[in-house]
Parts: sequence; structure tokens; C-alpha cells
Amino acid sequence: MINEAEESIKKISKPKKGEEGNIIKVAGPVVQAENLRGAEMYEVVHVGEEGLIGEVIELEEDVATIQVYEETGGVKPGEKVVRTGEPLSVELGPGLITEIYDGIQRPLDMIKDETGDFIKRGVDVSPLEHEKKWEFKPSVDKGDDVSTGDILGTVQETNVVEHKVMIPPDKEGTVKEIVDQGEYTIDDTIAVIEDDDKEFEITMVQRWPVRIGRPIADKKAPGELLITGQRVLDTFFPLAKGGTAAIPGGFGTGKTVIQHQLAKWSDADIVVYVGCGERGNEMTEVLRDFPELEDPRTGEPLMKRTILIANTSNMPVAAREASVYSGITLAEYYRDMGYNVALMADSTSRWAEALREISGRLEEMPGEEGYPAYLASELAAFYERAGICELHGGREGSVSVIGAVSPSGGDFSEPVTQNTLRIVQVFWALDTELRNKRHFPAINWLKSYSLYLDQVAEWWGDNVNENWHTLRREGMKLLEKEDELQEIVQLVGPDALPRSDQFALQAARVLREDFLQQNAFHDVDTYCEPEKQFRMLQIMMEFHDRGMKALEEDVKVDDLADMEVLEKLSRMSNVPSDKWEEKYGDIEMHMNKEFDELMEG
Amino acid sequence: MVEDISKRTEYRNVVEVSGPLMVVEGISDVAYNEIAKIKLPSGEERLGQVLEARSNRAIIQVFAGTRGLDTDQTSVQFTGEVMKFGVSRELLGRVFNGIGEPIDDSPDIIPEERRDINGDPINPSAREFPREFIQTGLSTIDGMFTLVRGQKLPMFSASGLPHNNVAAQIARQAKVLGEEEEFAVVFCAMGITSEEANFFINDFERTGALERAVLFLNLADDPAIERTIIPRLALTAAEYLAFDEGMQVLVILSDMTNYCEALREIAAAREEVPGRRGYPGYLYTDLASIYERAGRILNREGSITMIPILTMPDDDITHPIPDLTGYITEGQIVFSRELHRKGIRPPITPDGSLSRLMQQGIGEERTREDHSDVSNQLYAAYAEGNELRDLVAVVGEEALSERDRTYLKFAEEFEERFIAQGGDEDRSIDETLDLAWELLTIIPKRDLKRIDERFIDKYYPG
Ligand SMILES: Nc1ncnc2c1ncn2[C@@H]1O[C@H](COP(=O)(O)OP(=O)(O)O)[C@@H](O)[C@H]1O
Ligand SMILES: [Mg+2]
Repeated sequence: MINEAEESIKKISKPKKGEEGNIIKVAGPVVQAENLRGAEMYEVVHVGEEGLIGEVIELEEDVATIQVYEETGGVKPGEKVVRTGEPLSVELGPGLITEIYDGIQRPLDMIKDETGDFIKRGVDVSPLEHEKKWEFKPSVDKGDDVSTGDILGTVQETNVVEHKVMIPPDKEGTVKEIVDQGEYTIDDTIAVIEDDDKEFEITMVQRWPVRIGRPIADKKAPGELLITGQRVLDTFFPLAKGGTAAIPGGFGTGKTVIQHQLAKWSDADIVVYVGCGERGNEMTEVLRDFPELEDPRTGEPLMKRTILIANTSNMPVAAREASVYSGITLAEYYRDMGYNVALMADSTSRWAEALREISGRLEEMPGEEGYPAYLASELAAFYERAGICELHGGREGSVSVIGAVSPSGGDFSEPVTQNTLRIVQVFWALDTELRNKRHFPAINWLKSYSLYLDQVAEWWGDNVNENWHTLRREGMKLLEKEDELQEIVQLVGPDALPRSDQFALQAARVLREDFLQQNAFHDVDTYCEPEKQFRMLQIMMEFHDRGMKALEEDVKVDDLADMEVLEKLSRMSNVPSDKWEEKYGDIEMHMNKEFDELMEG
Repeated sequence: MVEDISKRTEYRNVVEVSGPLMVVEGISDVAYNEIAKIKLPSGEERLGQVLEARSNRAIIQVFAGTRGLDTDQTSVQFTGEVMKFGVSRELLGRVFNGIGEPIDDSPDIIPEERRDINGDPINPSAREFPREFIQTGLSTIDGMFTLVRGQKLPMFSASGLPHNNVAAQIARQAKVLGEEEEFAVVFCAMGITSEEANFFINDFERTGALERAVLFLNLADDPAIERTIIPRLALTAAEYLAFDEGMQVLVILSDMTNYCEALREIAAAREEVPGRRGYPGYLYTDLASIYERAGRILNREGSITMIPILTMPDDDITHPIPDLTGYITEGQIVFSRELHRKGIRPPITPDGSLSRLMQQGIGEERTREDHSDVSNQLYAAYAEGNELRDLVAVVGEEALSERDRTYLKFAEEFEERFIAQGGDEDRSIDETLDLAWELLTIIPKRDLKRIDERFIDKYYPG
């Protein structure tokens, strides 16, 4: 991997610009051109008179097949194709945070300045501002030995993100020169490194090919909870920092709302949100809301830690495929700095469909449902780039990846869902039936799983309460029991059940409606801290336990169903952060009193 | 809608004609998506579009079909441009066919500009998030899956269900409260019967909306391939009226199922690798290029609100056409055959219906503070009522508790009084929400868990 990356980098430093071929065929996003002997796989080319951006995806003799990242209507055979000598790459440096890019890292604001409210093609804009001056603070001295990943200095990129200017992956040596603290553009040389008899200059910007993961020193096992503030996730199906999760679900089941919730409330340092082939308005929503929303941990606007990549469904299909790679490369770059990064991709199915579309146009042998045979390996390679890692430069950082999956017809047996599930460690299964009942988030608690349970148990124990694991298991047992009982009820009605089972149904209902459900649009309920989650579950399970005891003392099921505390339990989730501890104490007391009274008869 | 091309080369080397496609060789300088003019042996002329351009060969889809084409005398001229449509304010009140020719015997339009019918994607950072509540006067829609200005909200219907009546009623009654703005309707028929089309036209005429409407008609007996073009003409007109002329445009597309069938026909003729159930793998992308043209733009007056209508084959919501539509649009209004059978008109069911833009369009100052909570409660109560109906079918009503029976009653009354309403009954949002509260008194008050206590104190009847 690293060798491959080094190869690519070398190629970047020796561009073979200017070599040209000619188009011989245009069919949608796929173009063929001849006279391109010497062009390399995945090299970027400029297509046609307007210089549309494309990437070589197949070579045969001197004919290159190119996927074009812009619309090709009006492009003619005979027009030229110009090589750039560079693989599809992103520009890395200060100024990424708060930006919104298209799938190939063109800033949408700049495109807007160039072509107005509608995106026209052939726009050539730079990902980062090259004139802008940043305050650079050096952290090495002349004569220091440095190698890959070592920090030369820092730039305060936003109020909450300190950008670390690092030695690029293939370099090492002795600091020969380092600039004083001051204002520099990303192109200014801030250091000169001497390696044997070679010298090279370092600026604040580097380029990296998106299809190759950035090098790391070592991968570690995830174990720290990625706090999302969503009860059903954190308590029942937790994701660990550096882990992978998939959210499959039919349309309207809540994939995007969950992804937005994670982008807003998860305790990552940096969020990269990739809107891959989905709605324009959903990106606009993030773009308008995030600068206004306050990050509860820093008090700063959420936008100050966020990068958006928007390649919406009506934007060119090939760039959709590139968008997830652009996104993950940006995420890795911030991981290199030692941050915990979370990447949301909504939706990975659209990327898979883009693969299918291109593959179809190449007339490749189709696999299941027309997807190419390499779908599984592409997905695996992508998720593999997640992870909590030891990094060059002696830091640790993580990239967590959460991918939405949009199965056709809501049917999870389709290839994208199935291949994704083979890779990811956490599965949040969205359910159309729950959605229809307005049970949100519509995460099916019987189908979903997290393979990080044991690992994060320690985190819960250390940070919240050591009984978390047991309590969670009790809760889950109750929910499973409810499911079994429901089946019986469907056959014989509820009255035929033993009293304890009738009450179990009631207690499970409390868990289901008042714990699992969470209203993303409610000011308070939208985020629930782990301590609060634990306490809610504790009190609800106490309700169950005491109820069962009461039944032994011949208390009637109907009397339990009429308890006043039920309404209080149902409103627990809406108690604000500064009040819940006290209020929950009151509810618990009230509940115990009510039980005591019932038992006394 | 094609410029004078008489001076351009006429190619006669047609080597293949199959399905809606023809192949011509010996050509040069032909662009992908370029429009071609085809002259038949009979002298008749048709338009086509290049689907694949090679150095000396082009595959052309012929809009009006290939009947009558031969490989001998048929000739082809290329127009040098992609499909364009001339736009101007004068479009209002006019009627066009599937390739954008006026068919209403009025004089030709002098366009302000001729635009590529494929349009360009709206830059996400130029979009204005849609938030203005549109009151349709229909309780289910306004109360539970609210439409906002700039939204794309399709109707998932099925053959024999009255989706046209509902669409026409919305077109008649839709208003943004407290605003007087210029509105327009763009109606695009794809493969529907002339009877259905006339129903809309007469309705527009009756209400005086016709002068403010642009009609694009491709009826059941018109060429199927033109169905792949016509919605793009309609949207080019809509974009002009909305974003250049500042009008509030409502676009009705009917029936998207016919559009998708036409796409499938072309894909099959090209022997493309099919995706699910024989539909092309790019159906999602293609549909998105239509639906995503709805919206609002920052600092521009107008808007495009889109109501695509589709009939679900076999009443199956998982069929690729409704499925992929639902993945793109901002919700859906689902029609139910079961409600229709029961005589509930309009048979719109909350089960599966959704408006994704509702949250931001309702609440204090927009509709009413209790709107969101009430809507959630209605959904939940109706879903519970429906579930109990299934149970009753097995164990009988006697086996139900007192509480459960109230939910059954709620479901009945909800259907009869909230969902059902007259074809000319225009309920205000206050009326809708008040009716909701009245119905919610049927279930136990303490079950109103989805509603904030403040609102219960303030709005609970009696
Ligand atoms: N946690 C939630 N709380 C409240 N409403 C929700 C929640 N999740 C989803 N919804 C509702 O479901 C709708 C569809 O959700 P969305 O995430 O857009 O679905 P998908 O991306 O799966 O198509 C939302 O517009 C909202 O009305
Ligand atoms: Mg979504």
C-alpha cells in the first residue's frame, strides 16, 4: 500500500502534462479516446474542448476508456483528451474545514461564483484558497531530525480545530530552515528539510491520491464509545471510535435523519459528511443549520468542525463514485493529525449504483442484479480505511465510518446490503413497519447488532456505571420476550396470557415507547447524554422488577397498568440536561411510593 | 423547436433500424445527445437524439418511433445542438406536444432564449431550504404530511384510484397563507388518456387557471419515446417561469410510470445490462435528473413545487418505479385501494405517506405550535387502531380491553371524518387541527404521550 502511494506521489512530482489523444466514442459518462499509449490507469485527463475532468478506467492498446465527472452532452468524437500525469487526488491543507465540495473536491461556493446558481461544466477551481494567509506557529527547531508525520508547526484553522502541518508520508531528514511564527499562504515554504545530500521544501499543502489510503503505523482495536446521544445506539448497539457501521433501510425509514444526528451530536473532533447521490435539499439543510447549531462540547457552531461533500443525485454519476474516496481521504488526513474523525456516507448504495452504471457501459460481465463482480472488494477496501490507529509521528487518531445503505424495495437480501454487512461491525437495521408506526428512530432492536459490545462495556463501566452491561442485557431480554409474547397474542389475544406475561408486555412497551423512541426534532430529546440514558433505563427496569414483585403479592395487572408513574416515565426523555438528575430522583421516589401503596392493598 | 439546418450534410447510410433505435454510419462531427432530423421515404420528418457517438457511426433514438424507416432512402441530418426549448412568458396559456411544438393553433412563440432541456443541476449551496407552508385544504396532507413551497411530493397511486381528482383539487386550492404572488401551473401528460388529460384541462378552465397554465401533452396514443423528452421540456418551462420570471410554479407530472416504461423500452433495444426487474441500472439517476429540478433558490422570488403522479404496478410500493421515486422525492402521498373500497374519498392513507420537509414548514408562526405533536399522535393512534383491527379479525372484539376499543373507534372516525372530505371542501389548517383534537378525545387522554402537556392544557377540547 505505502509503496503504491509513494509511486503515485512520485508521479505527481513528475507530471507528464501535455500528451494528447482523440475521442473516438461518447456514450453518457463514458468516453473512449485513442492515441493514449502511456496513459495510466486512474490518471486524470481533460476531455473535449471544454476540458471536462475524467479518469482513465480501462486501457487497451492505445485506447483509453475514461469516466467523465461532468455531463457529456454535446461532446464529439475527434475532440482532444489531454493527460495530466496525476491520479485523482485531493488537496490537503488548512481551509478544508467548513467547506462544501463536490465529489472531486471542487468548492461549491467557488463554482457558484463562477457559473451562478446552476452548476455548469468545465469549471476549474482550486479546492483551497491559495492567497489566504494563515498564522503559522512553528514547533521544531533548526537541526531537528524529522520524519513522516512529524509536526512542523500548527495553524488555528477554526476556533476548534488546530491544523497540524506535518511531514508528508514519503519524506524525512533534518530541519535546515524553519520560518518564524507569522502569516503565510499555503504555498509559502515554511521549512526546508535536508535528507543526505537532497533538500526539499515543505509548504502547508499536500496532494494525495484518493484511491489510496494514507499510511499509518499500526491499527488498534476500537474500544472507546463514539457517543452519539441516541439512546438506542449508545445503549443498545454502540459504535466504537474507529469502528464501522451500516444503516440500511428503505426510503423514508430514517437513514438521513440518523446520519444528520450523528453529524450533529457525535463526540468526534472532525466530521466529514458525504452526501453521495442523495437530495440537494438535505445538503442545503446541513449547510444552513450547522453554522447556527452549537456544539455542546465546545460551544462553537458545529460547522467549525465539519467538512461537507455534496454530490447530489442530479450531479454527474461518475463523481458520485469519487465522492466517497475524496471524503475518506480528507478524514484520514485529519486522523493523521491525531483527531477522532467521523465520516458519514449517505448513501453508499448510490456509489455502488454508479459503479454498476459505469461497469454496464464498459460491458463488463455483470454479477448479481447487474452489479460488477468487484462490488464486494470495493466496499471492503473502503471500510478498511476506517480504524483507530497509531500514526506516524507518534500520535493516535481514528476514523469511524457510518454508511447508509438504500436497498431497493427495502429488501436487505440485495447485494449492496449483504456485502456491506459482511464487513461492518455494527448493523443498525431500519424497519419500514416501525417507521409506519412512527417509531423513530426506526431501528429494529431484534435485527440490529454491535460487535463492539464487550469492548465498550469497559468504557461504560469507567465513565458511567459498571452495571451497564447487565442492565442492557436485562433490557434486551425484556424486548425479546415481548416479541415472543406478541406472537402468542396475535393468535389468542392478550387475556389468555399469564399475569406476569401481561405485565411484561406493559413494561416492554415502556422501554419501546419511552426509551428506544427518540424524537430528533425535539429540542431536548434530540440529544441524550450517556449518564441520562443509563438512568432512564435503570428506572424503567426498576419499574419492571418492582411490578413483577407486586404481582407475586397479588396486585392486579390492571392496577399496574393504571399507575400514575407511567405518564411520568413517558415524559422522562424531555427533561433538560440541567434538571434530569433531580427530576428522575423524584420520579423514582414517586414510583416506589406507588408500588408500596399497591402492595399494602 | 429546431433551427434551420437545410445546409447541413444529409447522411443516407442508415445501416440498422431496431425498436426505437437506428444506426447511421459514415458520419462525422456528431456529438453525444445531439438532435438529428430524420427524413423518411414518405417525406415525413422526425426528430431523434444521439445516444452514442463514434467517429463514424451514431446510434439515434427516434422520438416518434421507427415505423416507416428503411435502410435505403431514409436520410439523417444533424442539427449541431442538443435538444432545446424556447422559453418566454408567452408560454402561459399554451399547449405543446412531446417534442415541444405548439399544438393549439395559436401563433408560434418568439422565445426569449432557447435552453438545453436537460437543464443544469442547482448548486446545493445556492438552494434555499423550502419552509413555506402550502395549505392544500386537504386534512391528511396539511395535517400529517404537509406540503411546502419548492418540495417534490409525489402521489403513489394505482390504476382506478382518484389521484387525478386530488391533484386537481390541490392545484385549485393550494395557497400560501397571507401572500399574493404570481403563480403558474405546468402540467405534463405522459401516456395518459385524453379523457384524463381533459379532466385536468377542464378543471383548469373552470377555475380560470388555464391562462396561467402551460400544458405539455403526450397522450396514450402518442409516440412512447417522446415521453422521455416531455418532462424535460415541461421543467425547462417551469424553471424559466420560476427562476427568471419569479412565479410560484406547480408542476404536475402524470404518469411517471409511463415515463419509466419508455426508458425501459430504449434500454432493452440497446441490449443494456438491466438492473432490477428489467429497468435500466441508471433509472435512479435519470429520475433524479427530473425530480431534483424542483426547489427554491436563494435570492430568487420563484419556486418549483412538483407533484409527480405514478401508478404503482400491481399496487406494489416496492416496485422499482415507486421505490426509486421515494428514494429521491421529499416524501410521498400514498393512495390505498382498501380505503377506496370502503368508500373513503380521497383514499389517502397515512400508512406510508410522509413529507420530509414538514418539520421546517410547520409550527408556531407557520401553522400552529401544536401541529407537529398532533400529527405524530394521529399517526401513532391510527397505526395502533389498525393493528388492533388485525387482532380483532383473529380473536374477536370481545377479547379487547376497554382501552383497545377506543383505538378501534378512533381509527374508524379518523377515516370517515379526517381522511374523507368533499372534492370542493377546502379546510383551513386550524379547522384541520381542531378536527384532529376532537378525534383524539376518543382515546384515553393520558395516552396523548406525543403531545406536550402545554398543548394539551391549551387545546384539549372541553
Ligand atoms: N429520529 C427521528 N425523529 C423524528 N422523526 C424522524 C426520525 N427519523 C426519521 N424521522 C422522520 O422520517 C422521515 C424520513 O427520514 P429520512 O432520514 O429522510 O429517511 P431516509 O433517509 O431513510 O429516506 C423524516 O423526514 C422524519 O419525518
Ligand atoms: Mg435519506
